Amino acid sequence: MTIDWNAFSPWTALAGGVLIGAAAAMLALLNGRIAGVSGVLGGLLKPKKADRAWRLAFVGGLAGAAVLYALLFGDPEVRVDAGYGALVAAGFSVGVGTRYGSGCTSGHGVCGLSRLSPRSLVATLSFMAAGFATAFILRHLIGL
Amino acid sequence: MTVFAALVAGFVFGLGLLVSGLANPGKVLGFLDLAGMWDPSLVFVMVGAIVVGMVAFPVAHQRTVSFLGSDMKLHTARHIDRRLVAGSLLFGVGWGIAGFCPGPALVALGTGQLKAVVFCLAMIAGMGVFELLEHRRAARAAATA
Repeated sequence: MTIDWNAFSPWTALAGGVLIGAAAAMLALLNGRIAGVSGVLGGLLKPKKADRAWRLAFVGGLAGAAVLYALLFGDPEVRVDAGYGALVAAGFSVGVGTRYGSGCTSGHGVCGLSRLSPRSLVATLSFMAAGFATAFILRHLIGL
Repeated sequence: MTVFAALVAGFVFGLGLLVSGLANPGKVLGFLDLAGMWDPSLVFVMVGAIVVGMVAFPVAHQRTVSFLGSDMKLHTARHIDRRLVAGSLLFGVGWGIAGFCPGPALVALGTGQLKAVVFCLAMIAGMGVFELLEHRRAARAAATA
C-alpha cells in the first residue's frame, strides 16, 4: 500500500463529514427520520403516497447542492471514469443491493454507526469489503 | 415545515458530499483501491460525520416526537440476516465498479453530467425491481397464509 499524498485531503474531508453529520442530525432531530439516501429514494417507489413530499425535498436538496456549489466555488470535480455499460451494471447493483441490504453509506455507514448499531456495522463492513475487492479485481487483476 | 427541513438537510448533505470529495467517483475509487495509490481521505469523512452523529442520535432516541412535532421513525431493526449481508455485498460491488453510491450519484445529477443521469436511472431501475419482487413475495405469502 502506498499513500497518495497528493490526493490526500484530510481537512476538507473532515469538514465535509461534519456537514454530512449535521444534515443527518437535522433530519433525525427535526423530522424524526434517518438520512439514508437509498431508503429516502427507494421510498418514493412504494405505492403509498403519504410521505412523498419530504422525500422529494431531500432528493431535490442533494441535487441542488451541486448547483449552489458551482455558483460559489466553480464546477465541482466529479470525475467519472467508468464507461456507460459499467455505469448501468453498477447503478443496477447499487439499486438492488442497497434496498435488499436496507441501506447504503449514509443510512448504515453514517447514521447506523453513529447509533452503534451492530446490524449497520455488519452492513458497512460487507459493502466496504465488496468495494475494496471489486476495485482490486478490476484495477489489478483485469487491469481496466 | 418538515418538508422545508428535509430540503435544507438534503442541501447540507449534498454540500458535505461535495466539500469532502465523496461526490467525486474518481476520489472514491482512489480510496477503494487499497493496492494502488491509496487516498485515505474518506476515512476522515466518516469520522467527521459519525462524531456529529454520535452527539445527535442519543438525543433523538430519547424523544417521542421530533422538534418539529413529527413522529420518530428512527429504524430499530436489529436482526442480521442473509438479505442484509448479500444486499450490502451487491451494493459494494456496484460501488467498486463506478465509485458512486446513492447520495453522491444524486448530487452529481445536479452537475448535469450524462454519466450521472445514466447511473441514477439504472439505480432507480434496480430499486424498482426490488419493489416488484417484494410485492410479489408479499402476495405469495398472503396466498399461502
